[in-house]
Amino acid sequence: MNHAPKDMEISVHQLMGELRLNHGLSPCLANHVSIFELHVCDTVDLSKFPVDRIRNFCIIAHIDHGKSTLADRLLEITGAIAKTEKNKQVLDKLQVERERGITVKAQTASLFYSHQGEQHLLNLIDTPGHVDFSYEVSRSISACQGVLLIIDANQGIQAQTVANFYLAFEAQLTIIPVVNKIDLKNADPERVESQIEKVFDIPREECIRLNLEQTLRRFSKRLWRGFHRKQLNTEDPFKALVFDSNFDHYRGVVANIAVFGGRVRKGDKIVSAHLGKTYEVNELGLLRPDEHPTQKLFAGQVGYIIAGMKDVKEAQIGDTLYLQEQPVEALPGFKPAKAMVFAGMYPMDQSEYPGLRSAIERLTLNDSSVTVQRDSSLALGAGWRLGFLGLLHMEVFNQRLEQEYNASVIVTAPTVPYKAVLSSAKLIKEHGSEEITIVNPAQFPERSVVSEYLEPMVLGTILAPDSYTGKIMSLCLNRRAVQKNMVYIDDQRVMMKYLFPLNEIVVDFYDLLKSLSSGYASFDYENAGYQAADLIKMDILLNGRPVEELTTVVHRQRAYSTGKAMCERLKDSIPRQMFEIAVQAAIGSKVIARETIKAYRKNVLAKCYGGDITRKMKLLKKQAEGKKKMRRIGNVEVPKDAFISVLKRKEK
Amino acid sequence: MIKLTCRAAGRVLCPGLRCFSGGEVTEHASGWIQSPHLTEQASLYVHWPYCLRRCSYCNFNKYIPKKNNDHIMTKCLQWETDTLLQLSQVSCITSVFFGGGTPSLTHPSTIAAILETLSKRMSLSDEAEITLEVNPTPAGMSKLDDFVRAGVNRFSIGVQDEDLKSLGRDHSSQEALKTIEEARRLCPGRVSVDIMFGRPKQTVESWEKELSELLRICDDHVSLYQLTLERGTQLFKQVQCGEVTVPAEDVTAEMYQCARKTLQQHGFLQYEVSNFARHNSVSHHNMSYWRGKQYIGVGPGAHGRFVPLGEGGVFREARTQTLEPDVWIREVQQRGHGTRRRIQLSRLELLQEVLVMGMRKTRGISHKHWELFSPEMGLCEIFGASMDVQQLVQSGQLILDDRGLCCSWDGLALLDSILPTLLVELERQILQKPHRDHSVFTDGQTKKTSNPQ
Repeated sequence: MNHAPKDMEISVHQLMGELRLNHGLSPCLANHVSIFELHVCDTVDLSKFPVDRIRNFCIIAHIDHGKSTLADRLLEITGAIAKTEKNKQVLDKLQVERERGITVKAQTASLFYSHQGEQHLLNLIDTPGHVDFSYEVSRSISACQGVLLIIDANQGIQAQTVANFYLAFEAQLTIIPVVNKIDLKNADPERVESQIEKVFDIPREECIRLNLEQTLRRFSKRLWRGFHRKQLNTEDPFKALVFDSNFDHYRGVVANIAVFGGRVRKGDKIVSAHLGKTYEVNELGLLRPDEHPTQKLFAGQVGYIIAGMKDVKEAQIGDTLYLQEQPVEALPGFKPAKAMVFAGMYPMDQSEYPGLRSAIERLTLNDSSVTVQRDSSLALGAGWRLGFLGLLHMEVFNQRLEQEYNASVIVTAPTVPYKAVLSSAKLIKEHGSEEITIVNPAQFPERSVVSEYLEPMVLGTILAPDSYTGKIMSLCLNRRAVQKNMVYIDDQRVMMKYLFPLNEIVVDFYDLLKSLSSGYASFDYENAGYQAADLIKMDILLNGRPVEELTTVVHRQRAYSTGKAMCERLKDSIPRQMFEIAVQAAIGSKVIARETIKAYRKNVLAKCYGGDITRKMKLLKKQAEGKKKMRRIGNVEVPKDAFISVLKRKEK
Repeated sequence: MIKLTCRAAGRVLCPGLRCFSGGEVTEHASGWIQSPHLTEQASLYVHWPYCLRRCSYCNFNKYIPKKNNDHIMTKCLQWETDTLLQLSQVSCITSVFFGGGTPSLTHPSTIAAILETLSKRMSLSDEAEITLEVNPTPAGMSKLDDFVRAGVNRFSIGVQDEDLKSLGRDHSSQEALKTIEEARRLCPGRVSVDIMFGRPKQTVESWEKELSELLRICDDHVSLYQLTLERGTQLFKQVQCGEVTVPAEDVTAEMYQCARKTLQQHGFLQYEVSNFARHNSVSHHNMSYWRGKQYIGVGPGAHGRFVPLGEGGVFREARTQTLEPDVWIREVQQRGHGTRRRIQLSRLELLQEVLVMGMRKTRGISHKHWELFSPEMGLCEIFGASMDVQQLVQSGQLILDDRGLCCSWDGLALLDSILPTLLVELERQILQKPHRDHSVFTDGQTKKTSNPQ
């Protein structure tokens, strides 16, 4: 049974053809403007901006190809921000964004420029760069008329470049490839342009080589000319797309919207198409990039709106807003965020539980895509099972938790949501559906009541120099991946597409890929539905007794290696005891891996006289304290550290 | 107080009692306060901090002196002895132990002077055990006679590892041999030989050979110590960086078991984890530690456990003297003592120490002995109902019967795995009954604790 989407097999070349058609449609606005005077206007009279003088665009790129830097420079040139050394990555407001050089939350800035006495409005929507946020990207993109696809002149096309291209391509936007960093040593714009031609089927003449300082003006011109405008009308009923939302403690939810029709003003009653709830608009305005309140927003504009929403879940990304008295059809493509990677989070110490709870609550206020479920583990105490869009999303969340809320947490190794198709009528009735999702191994139904198990799949794109092809192929094979495609994008670089079980890439795949390719390979993936899989439940036994919190769902092929690795980690982290301990991995009653912790043969301090007592007592009391906290499995005492070392995500 | 030898090993002691019943014993009525019997007596440990050289494995409190200040050191040891005896108000010193460092480097007159100070406060019977740690050197050997004349009646001789390997076959091991012979001549039946196992390059076979050499020459007391890697020693660094390897855990476990058997076959009864004696020649001084008796520590870094009755104290204190000899000397000159830290032991803490130390003895802790410290709660009451303790009893590691609580032969080798279980149970039971909290206070200007070992 194949649950992969049908379009999986679409080849790059088919897509290329479609792209060309799309390009043909782009109207050229060359006559409209010739020389640009970019500047900020002090007074914003938005009614003076007819729809045909507004352009919304976003910049998409692989990590580090210069997206945020370009955005900063654009803001500088239009005077939206001051030109200083410190002004780096202005749109990346979060610490984690600046540190990692990535954008997590989509941000928006409105830029003005005038030409021949006419004011023009350019709305820049900075998007998250990673595919985990592809839904946010795709919603941001749908608010735009065009995208700038930035490619580093040295590194060439990378996995994310490809993923981002398809997002824009599917949204039928005009795509302007920009070859960035051409001044750097080793830059090879020729080669990159021919890659673009080959992979995206965009003629090399359409690429812009960008040397920031010199050609930005020329580039702005191109930018204007390249983007066609959508047919929007300020006379239509109001209709807006929510493409991002934030939570502000004083004002509630701040939603970023793109107005696709009509106008909205303070005091209007608006409705969320998804929830059907009505709100009154308290405040609205432009983002330049800071909030700049205005009286109204018009079709074609991008801005923010505050309407008394109390929870970010009320302003879901992709939702449509309209006026209460003028219902409209919702914009297509809305889907609630779906968690693809799950991990347990527990406080280091149970006394830190309330603090961690409020940190998680505050952080999820700003990120409606994180799912939170209370969980508790015999070993780690009370905690949560959180669902994330993907791995980077999870890492960013953890990092923000640590940096912004100073919370130290135990994060368990990530798991994926499996599914089971039930065969027992009784169970189907109990669950209310034939197909159930299994997030916790404890809920894993027995083989006898299940007609099949399903696991989530992803379509991965790997780009790397061809000298690493062999190693990469064997790594993928090892991860149960099926090759779907392989193309040379130039004479040295190969693009490979593989269908992976998601579970195979959530833990350490990316790190291994990076290390075996000396850092040259790039990887990205998109969700590709569910597929039947031979899943089994594996128990870990200590002297024959199962350890509930270590029960794992694995693919049959991976059972041995996973079981062995868990046994080894346990062996290294359970202290020797007075008797031998068998650490076993078992499927049902069949043991598949075993490690032995040998009994202590001698454990007694050689000397203990008057001067040794103080030190000895300290040590023993510490052990006695530790003993109270240990979890007993039969007669085996297991320290919390042992669970942490088995359950925890490995440090990089 | 500290006791330790700078060379390989330990020390031993003999029986002795000399006592005097003099001082006044204040009666204390409240709760767990120790019976007068416990506060009337103490043993005395005197620390001589100097060594000739630094041994690679030793982390004891010892110094290589730059200049000879034996005279000042002697004066200060006398002074501190006097101060602390007075403070403790004991009427009887049951034994004296001169440890170090290398106390056999000192002049016999130092020993004589300290014992004299002691006798001035109380009469010291001829039978009281007075032990001196000795390193086998030619100079040391010639002085043994003088030490005996100064009052020493027991020697604890540390045999160096290189001596053991070639016992009697080269110059330095000849010295060791002669020292032991001389000591036995002077104090027959009251000489302990201390040796160390688990040394680099040692195998079970070579250890067995060393052991049989040892049995040929030793007296009635043997202490066996497993070499422990201590942070900050040269050996620790060498092992860390892979220059030197020490035998694996399983190997040292076998060395220990094999020594226990061999010594038993030769009539040596094990009476503590590391101590063996025949003809009842146990170290009385060390026995008093394991029995939870009071002791007074004198000298740099020495530890003590006693009730300072002299200043109206009612609780036993854990006391530590200042570590560095020069600083200690200054403090003694200024205040009459160099006590750096005093911690009052709570009832629970005292019982924890009594338990931990008592279980090191092969005989463990008798009901009667426990009652001395815990009249309101017996061993059976505390440990009898615990499932965990029961499990240790059933698996044959622990014995709880009408004699008391002790480890089995196998259990003794695993004592440190057993003790946490006992401590958890003890705490649970004791905390159910209200007791006074302990407090920490610091003596003198300095606040920092120093632990000489």
